[in-house]
Amino acid sequence: MKIRFLLSSILACLAFGIAAPASAQQLTLPEEELETIEQEGDGTTVTVTAESWQDLGIAIASFATNEDVATPANAQGTSALGHELSRIVYNDLRNNGLFRPVGPDSLPRPNYAQVSEPAWGTWRGRSAEMLVQGYVRANADGRLTVGCYLYDVVLEEQLVREGWVVQPAEWRRAAHKCADLVYSRLSGESPFFDSRIAYIAETGPKDNRTKRLAIMDSDGANHRFITNGRSTALTPRYSPDYSKIAYLSYLDGNPRIYVYDVDSGQQTLVTQSSNPTFAPRWSPDGRYLLYSMAIGGNTDIYRIPAGGGTPVRLTNTPGIDVGGSFSPDGSKIVFESDRSGSQQIYVMDADGSNQRRITFFGGRAGTPEWSPRGDQIAFTHIVGDFRIAVMDTNGRNMRDLTDAWHDEAPTWAPNGRIIQFFRTERGTGETSIWQVDLTGENERRLNTPVGASDPAWGPVLP
Amino acid sequence: MSNKFIILAATSVLALAACSKKPPEELPPAPVQTPAPAPAATRAPAATPTPTGPVAGSQAHFSQTMSGRDVIFFDTDKFDIDSEDAAALRAQAEYLLQYGRANATVEGHADERGTRDYNLALGERRANAAKNYLVSLGVSENRLRTVSYGEERPAATGSTESAWARNRRAVTVLID
Repeated sequence: MKIRFLLSSILACLAFGIAAPASAQQLTLPEEELETIEQEGDGTTVTVTAESWQDLGIAIASFATNEDVATPANAQGTSALGHELSRIVYNDLRNNGLFRPVGPDSLPRPNYAQVSEPAWGTWRGRSAEMLVQGYVRANADGRLTVGCYLYDVVLEEQLVREGWVVQPAEWRRAAHKCADLVYSRLSGESPFFDSRIAYIAETGPKDNRTKRLAIMDSDGANHRFITNGRSTALTPRYSPDYSKIAYLSYLDGNPRIYVYDVDSGQQTLVTQSSNPTFAPRWSPDGRYLLYSMAIGGNTDIYRIPAGGGTPVRLTNTPGIDVGGSFSPDGSKIVFESDRSGSQQIYVMDADGSNQRRITFFGGRAGTPEWSPRGDQIAFTHIVGDFRIAVMDTNGRNMRDLTDAWHDEAPTWAPNGRIIQFFRTERGTGETSIWQVDLTGENERRLNTPVGASDPAWGPVLP
Repeated sequence: MSNKFIILAATSVLALAACSKKPPEELPPAPVQTPAPAPAATRAPAATPTPTGPVAGSQAHFSQTMSGRDVIFFDTDKFDIDSEDAAALRAQAEYLLQYGRANATVEGHADERGTRDYNLALGERRANAAKNYLVSLGVSENRLRTVSYGEERPAATGSTESAWARNRRAVTVLID
């Protein structure tokens, strides 16, 4: 199934809403879709950072429609769809502890004309400092146009507006784009809501656990299992354009990396070598894959063109060299090695030269992931218990962000402000995905249908 | 190329073999898969299968004959073969040399107190350490394959030191 998502920067005027598409992006969904589960975040805890913009009160009103008509995106029509769109914006902000949002369920519903002419008095009376309004309109070609407006209620001024033309099946993305627009405009940070997560869904007892490759939107919606669980699947990584997922499977009885094509549902081995391969990682431009391969028990890191080709061995020590994460500019790779006697973190140039250890604090350190912003490295800090920690790229200023029995495998939000990881419970071995902000003060558990591990957060969709 | 690695790995095994090691804090459980009754006690177990027991050269027979010595154990993050492991591997090698048509898989495992990728690599190391030792005792290399399960297949499901000690292991399994 192919879905075309058209992004257009909209509109001088609401009445002439459809601007020409500025860019087009083909997206795909997996063919081996077994189940679809939609869910909202539970929002039982929130993540709050210390920034002053966090205190802004934002009213997010129900999105209006010009005409309540049928749409495949919502059985009750575009009016109900508008309400759902605004609820997604609200939940994106609320579940991530951003601002002090008030949702559409407790607010008056603006009509279509008011979207571009807010009823200021109404909103001032509700002590909202900021106001998000929007609309949805069904187009003749079956697509939907969604507009998103951010107003400063005190100044009675429009701060930013944007619009998107989407296929009905992709309607949620328009809401995430709106949440990203609001978040970016008010915080100065890069967006991250319109993104996806690949992870491993876990069911069954500890000594006979089923592990399936699964994907979901950043808010847990559009959840899909990709593999059926007959073979253990581990450690997925989305390609930067979301067209492929590299992951480990015991499909033929041995641990080997497969590259799954999301569009066709086909998958190929990352290398024809009969040696075990694991720990797949993409380069930021998607042109290369890193993988770790054991030969005679000795594990080293290799790089191979994503489309196939000759692998290049980047490490060559008798220790375990494993993993690897590129710096955003692709020039360096951070990886882990026990060549010094225990797991520690090293940096090398992308061609394997200049390998040097950067972690010199207490405990062991593994699973390094370079921030998309380039300024930090997240990793698993092993000090008896397993913690998620961050440090500068030279290994200095290490900070533990979590303190549980076993937290492992950080993955960065596309904007480098939030880290997801998975937590294992002592005894049962049950796993769940959590996220924490860079203050480490607040963390929350993600809603997943079953146990969840090995999260891999992809970039913001175009 | 790969010979070099094997030599390297074997050298590491020999170099580390001198290191001291634990026994597991509690004895590993007896093997559970014994569908047939035990062979007559008066007979030498490795040499003479009884007519009522499992077929000689089968996994069931191997497991029964080894009586726990089909598994060796390791310290945290280690893969060296200590004297206890060596004795178990000698028993395995004797069996494999006696039943020359049997091929085996050496499974390498890690405990849950590690990161996933590292544990996969560690399981590889352990499986290869056991395999290389068997090869050094005369078992043909092409009869032995290795597979790492990392931390994915625990033998003991607790989150205790003794459970972890039982999970840091290499298990030899005949391919029926």
